Amino acid sequence: MTDSKTVPPAPPQPTGAVMVVGGGIAGMQASLDLADQGFKVYLTETSSAIGGKMAQLDKTFPTNDCAMCTISPKLVETGRHPNIEVMTSSEVLDVKGQAGNFNVSVRHKARYIDVDRCVGCGDCADVCPIIIPDEYNEGLSQRRAAFKLYPQAVPNAYAIEKRGIAPCRDACPAGQRAQGYIALIREGRWDDALRVIKMDNPFPGICGRICNHRCEEACNRGLVDEPINIRALKRFVTDKVYEAPREPQEAAPRLFDQQVAIIGAGPCGLTAAQDIIRAGYGVTVFEAMPVAGGMLRLGVPEYRLPTEVIEREVQDIIDLGVDLRLNHRIDDLDALFESGYKAVLIAVGAHEGIRLPIPGASLDGVLVNTHFLRDVRLDKYADFSETVQAGKVDLAGPTLGKDVLVLGGGNVAVDCARSAVRLGCQVQMACLESREGMPAHSWEIDESLEEGIRIHNDRSFEQILSDENGRVRGVECSMVESFTFDEGGRLLVEKTPDSKHVIPCDTVIFSVGQRAGLAFIPEDAGVGITNQQTIAINPNTLAATRPGVFAAGDSVSGTSFVIEAVDSGHVAADSIIRYLQGEALETAPKPDLPVVQMTKHEIDQRIKSGEIKPQPRVPMPELEVDKRIDNFREVEGGYDEVGAQAEAARCLACGVCSECMSCVFACGRDAIMHDELETTETIDIGAIILAPGYQIYNAHLSQEYGLGRYQNVVTSLQYERMLSASGPTGGHIKRPSDGASPKRIAFLQCVGSRDQEHDYCSSICCMYAAKEAIMTIEHARTEGHNGSENGAVTCQVFFMDTRAYSKGYEEYYRRAESKYGVQYTRCRLSDLKEDPDSRNILVRYSAPYEGMKDIVEQEFDLVVLSVGMEISESVKDLGRRLGIQLDPYGFCHTTLFQPLQSSRDGIYVAGPFREPKDIPETVIEASGAAASAAQLLAPARYTLARVEEYPPERDVMNEPARVGVFVCHCGSNIGGYIDVPGVAEYARTLPHVVHAEDNLYTCSQDAVAHIIEQIEDLELNRVVVASCTPLTHEPLFQDALRHAGLNPHLFEMANIRNQCSWVHSDDKSAATEKSKSLVRMAVARSVKLQSLKVREVPVNHTALIIGGGAAGMTAALCLAEQGFPVHLVEREPALGGNLRFLRYFIPTDGDTLNPQEYLAEMVLKIEEHPLIQVHTNSELLETGGFKGNFSSTLLEDGAFNKVEHGAIIVATGGVEYKGTEYGCGDDPRILTQLEFERFLSGDPEPGIMIGESPASVVMIQCVGPAEHYCSRICCSTALKNALKLKEISPEADITILYRDMRTFGFKERLYTRARAEGVRFIHFDFDDKPLVSVGGPESKLNVSVKDPILDREFLLEPEMIVLSTPVVSPPGMREIAKRLKLSIDMDGFFLEAHVKLRPVDFAADGIFMAGLAHYPKFLDESIAQAKAAASRAASILSKKTMLTNAQVAVVDPLLCVGCLTCVRICPYEVPQVSADFSGVGNIIGAAYIQPAVCHGCGTCVSECPARAIQLMHSTDDQTMVKIDALFEVQETEKDIIPIEQVELKQ
Amino acid sequence: MNAKIFNPEIVAFCCHYCAYAAADLAGSMRLDYPTSIKVIELPCSGKLDVLYVLRAFEDGADGVMVAG
Repeated sequence: MTDSKTVPPAPPQPTGAVMVVGGGIAGMQASLDLADQGFKVYLTETSSAIGGKMAQLDKTFPTNDCAMCTISPKLVETGRHPNIEVMTSSEVLDVKGQAGNFNVSVRHKARYIDVDRCVGCGDCADVCPIIIPDEYNEGLSQRRAAFKLYPQAVPNAYAIEKRGIAPCRDACPAGQRAQGYIALIREGRWDDALRVIKMDNPFPGICGRICNHRCEEACNRGLVDEPINIRALKRFVTDKVYEAPREPQEAAPRLFDQQVAIIGAGPCGLTAAQDIIRAGYGVTVFEAMPVAGGMLRLGVPEYRLPTEVIEREVQDIIDLGVDLRLNHRIDDLDALFESGYKAVLIAVGAHEGIRLPIPGASLDGVLVNTHFLRDVRLDKYADFSETVQAGKVDLAGPTLGKDVLVLGGGNVAVDCARSAVRLGCQVQMACLESREGMPAHSWEIDESLEEGIRIHNDRSFEQILSDENGRVRGVECSMVESFTFDEGGRLLVEKTPDSKHVIPCDTVIFSVGQRAGLAFIPEDAGVGITNQQTIAINPNTLAATRPGVFAAGDSVSGTSFVIEAVDSGHVAADSIIRYLQGEALETAPKPDLPVVQMTKHEIDQRIKSGEIKPQPRVPMPELEVDKRIDNFREVEGGYDEVGAQAEAARCLACGVCSECMSCVFACGRDAIMHDELETTETIDIGAIILAPGYQIYNAHLSQEYGLGRYQNVVTSLQYERMLSASGPTGGHIKRPSDGASPKRIAFLQCVGSRDQEHDYCSSICCMYAAKEAIMTIEHARTEGHNGSENGAVTCQVFFMDTRAYSKGYEEYYRRAESKYGVQYTRCRLSDLKEDPDSRNILVRYSAPYEGMKDIVEQEFDLVVLSVGMEISESVKDLGRRLGIQLDPYGFCHTTLFQPLQSSRDGIYVAGPFREPKDIPETVIEASGAAASAAQLLAPARYTLARVEEYPPERDVMNEPARVGVFVCHCGSNIGGYIDVPGVAEYARTLPHVVHAEDNLYTCSQDAVAHIIEQIEDLELNRVVVASCTPLTHEPLFQDALRHAGLNPHLFEMANIRNQCSWVHSDDKSAATEKSKSLVRMAVARSVKLQSLKVREVPVNHTALIIGGGAAGMTAALCLAEQGFPVHLVEREPALGGNLRFLRYFIPTDGDTLNPQEYLAEMVLKIEEHPLIQVHTNSELLETGGFKGNFSSTLLEDGAFNKVEHGAIIVATGGVEYKGTEYGCGDDPRILTQLEFERFLSGDPEPGIMIGESPASVVMIQCVGPAEHYCSRICCSTALKNALKLKEISPEADITILYRDMRTFGFKERLYTRARAEGVRFIHFDFDDKPLVSVGGPESKLNVSVKDPILDREFLLEPEMIVLSTPVVSPPGMREIAKRLKLSIDMDGFFLEAHVKLRPVDFAADGIFMAGLAHYPKFLDESIAQAKAAASRAASILSKKTMLTNAQVAVVDPLLCVGCLTCVRICPYEVPQVSADFSGVGNIIGAAYIQPAVCHGCGTCVSECPARAIQLMHSTDDQTMVKIDALFEVQETEKDIIPIEQVELKQ
Repeated sequence: MNAKIFNPEIVAFCCHYCAYAAADLAGSMRLDYPTSIKVIELPCSGKLDVLYVLRAFEDGADGVMVAG
């Protein structure tokens, strides 16, 4: 090293991507802002669709706009933005790295449907049998396990919900999807149900009868009452389907040459045969017996399992092409391989019965179970019962007698005993075990007893006694005290001394076990045998020790149940297939879903909430004893349809999705992926914005409100869904108990807010309750007018303070009261109970403010709980994983000066996650957080954002129209109700159509690629798609046109799904005819379409900010730090605005600066920043131009100064109102809050009394204009100053006279603290305001006020009166508004473009607002809004060029008379009459509409009396031709301006 | 009673932003209405020209609905 100088490492280039967490309105807004500014955005959302809480709302206050209508364009925009990657069902796990360069790991949960393939047609949901509560409708309706969160959901794709594996399936050895077929039975879909069973088990009819149904033991329903009768349902459905004659199965196609030998045609061997043959191999099954079915056919008595069922199910397998060789005993394994079999499966079962080695075991009349049952089944005893009845039983030889004793207590022993009963024998059983300990099923034992079988328990068998002829005469037994097995498995019995006795009988049947007969495997065959005489195998693969040999079923496991044999067969087949494919036998185990084990607590909760109704099993009919003991008829009957469906309806659908695979068959896009696994991905990003939102308070926890217990108590969000026209009640308010229209509705405020557990106010509940009450009354009025309902409904709100603190809210609240008659009762409830007969709710309360001191009881039909906001546990976990500081409630900690910054650098927050708030503030914060991220990552702008590239556009305007029509089936959504090929056929007959076709899904990726090919190959120059709605799908197809080199405006859609198939589903021919009309109209219009050009306009990157207060300065710094030059204009000689007058902040954690220190720091930064040019003593005189290209004139220190800029931020602030109310200005002891604050700080304004802190102060709230609108900050400011005075002199006597204390959000804590510190609060009403009288400078100040609780006048004599006067707009504001053509609201503040979703935008493009100019607000709110305004401005300033709109109004100046109609009518104030153009008769001055700012609504077009304006892409002839086409009227020459005359005239 | 049932042909001019979206939602919710109602989308109900209404009647419409 020659040079020892070390160069400090350059700071790493930040990553130009941002991760936004949470897909609600905040997450969408932040994503759109950033993506528009050249950053790549990853938007993660835990649920299956974006939209958040706002998508659930009905209307929004205070404008009563439909929430979905306003949010839906944002959803579509977010979903389609090329630089936003929406990741649904995803969550952030971990964040490594530091601000600017994070590495985030994100978990993508399995959605089970491929979002890219899914076209949202909903066919999967139509066939899904699982019904669960719909969380989008807050549990008021039901949905399927395959679902789309809501109709407008983005992405427009379905998802499948799986909670886990249902316990029934988990318990079943073969993994039977019991929950699935039960649900299908409930729906009456018998064939589907049987298909689901047969997927895992080829023997449903058999298992439906004899399975030991471990599924039922595991069933969660057992926690409610009784398990589902799963076995009976299985049997029911097989009986149902088997009523029809069996259809032969098609043979499975043979794909491979290899042949597999299976020894044994029992359930195991046949299951394996089925699987292997379906995989394309040949299978030979060798069976020693004359019949197939193994133990099923030969070991289970007919009365339990009819032969025809076995034969049918066996034959279904044989049909596949199995070479079945009966009576073919295999005795040489090697010979099988030598004759060409590539693999051998030994599935011989366990047919060798065992005799106990006791004396007499070989006497005549001693039989073994397996042989006995087989003989019965093969009809060897066909005439035996007649023989018995005739008393002619021949006891010579090893035959059955009439007195039978079965030794053994298992199920097979019971089978032997009950079979013997049916042959006419007297039957007894004897076994080692006690009654309870018998291995046989208890119901089998019960049925045996019913059939007259005597059971001797606790017996040990000593010997079998012989009669003189060598035949059995009885069994000598001892009584057993206890028994155990030693380590070697040997039985140790403790007998009762001297208990020997004889049980007489003439026949003994041993039923003490059975085993496989493996005599055909010689010792040198290479196949290992275990000590228990079973084949040694690898338990995972069932491979024996010799390659190519596998063994399964009872021959390896010992005796077990048929379902285990089936499972074993599947496993063996799987291994054999892998063996033949040359693959490793062991597969990696699939990650398991958890087994859903419900807790008693969960069950109780669901019973309480009415979701589960206890209801015992539907009983199964059974053959009575006397009808069954003399024959082999089936004992169990079966359910009928009604019984089966009722039983199936009891299922709790534990796993949610049951993997019944119905969706897989229904999906035409192969989009279903039931085996999808959860994945984790790591992503490099530069910053994170957390907008995870809130959850509503779980009011079930506050039992006093009765939610869940009383049906007619609902949450506000449930009520919101009830109000919604798209909700579960179609917008008709129906109370849950009986569906009646409630006439008396109570709204209970502060549920989960401002209580013992929540020391904060949730900020939104007062307003949404007012909105819900207003909407209720509006609904009732409309329905009343329709004559369908009696319109009278009363809404009563029980509240503490009405927090109508934001823009337009006070007016809205008063309207609720005065115009709609909503009753407001200021009180806390005492209790609430249900009238059990009417289900009405009785509310008890006292309302001292209303003069009702005693408790009264009032009856309501419905009670709505205004539930507050909380942070969910999962969001708290997220906060902890990310290492950011949360408060005890889980809200994200932020500071006053950096309200959008979490405690970890580079992680920003927005929305209710940092404090409860409503939608406009959430949107503001989202944009603000986006600005913070952009500030951090500015150097990396446009490094990762993608720009779509298109081929050059073909000029087709001189060609004759060549229209291509593509008609979509949308799976069955259109195709099921409309003759789609017929519509396409019809389209071919229309003029100019050169091609028409139908597609299964026109919007699928392959279909879109096909459209592009068709455009190119057929030289199409117009495209019509007849499918769904253009609102979601037009951009997709327009993009296809661009990729094919066509102008995107040459595209037209016919909405035959939403407007035909979905609404006319009951009339296929009329719907088809209407579809043809719509296609005809679309084709006609398409011919008239024109290529439209957009222009690229260069953008000036400088911002003009008017107002140098906190908001203006914050916005200036935010933009300058991103590299945008700023002109900061301030009318005063110094920067600072209202911040100059503040002395204290409302105390918050972590903020140590006082206002003046903060201001000084800020001013210093501004002055030092090279990109900020401060213009003090300056005023905006005039502005011209449009977004991206403004030009303004400033009057600066008396001189004109012209500046060019691309965007404007208006931050002109507000001032404290100073009027004459309450003696203001009359006496130096009567101050405003700002004056009082300065007084307290010892730095008063000139002319204000200086002195000791007053010993007593009265504060009066809501002074002057605040009687009309809420100034938002005064309550908290009053408390701040009151607490400051208490800090200075704790004895000070402070009384606050208030109307409502509006300490929303965390400011509630100030209120609580003030009360704790002894500040007195007295409520007053505007019609009974306090009176202030001042006698003179020496006399006392008098305030008289009426205390409503004590109901008497108080006379207060404070040393000082402090008036909380509101923020009002500053002088000169109207001038600014006029110069920038901005609107002002009725309270004198600037009017935003949309009060909910565009709170910083003006209707005029390129102009934004922040701070008090918008509405009174706190410093942190001003900072957030300033950043938001900077973000909105940056989305213009960051662009090199801007594209003008294409669909704009264009004036033909030659027709313009300059009448100004367009100028007056335009809602965006775009048209101007310009002297650059000449109008009719060449008179100077014609209207001009700047295309860069025209919104394309066309209002001016229809208003223009001279018809001088046309709207591009929606010209009159383009609309007229549609009307003509609808009525099939030939196009006529009308007074329409030919389109050729309307050229963009620039 | 007249045997012939009057089935009026109605043209509905719908605002792109609200009424057209509402008609879409009616589809999602499978609400029924007569097939003789046909929707024509407008960029805004402000774009409705009286000429459209007249043309519809002239061409044979029995009713015109404007929704926005």
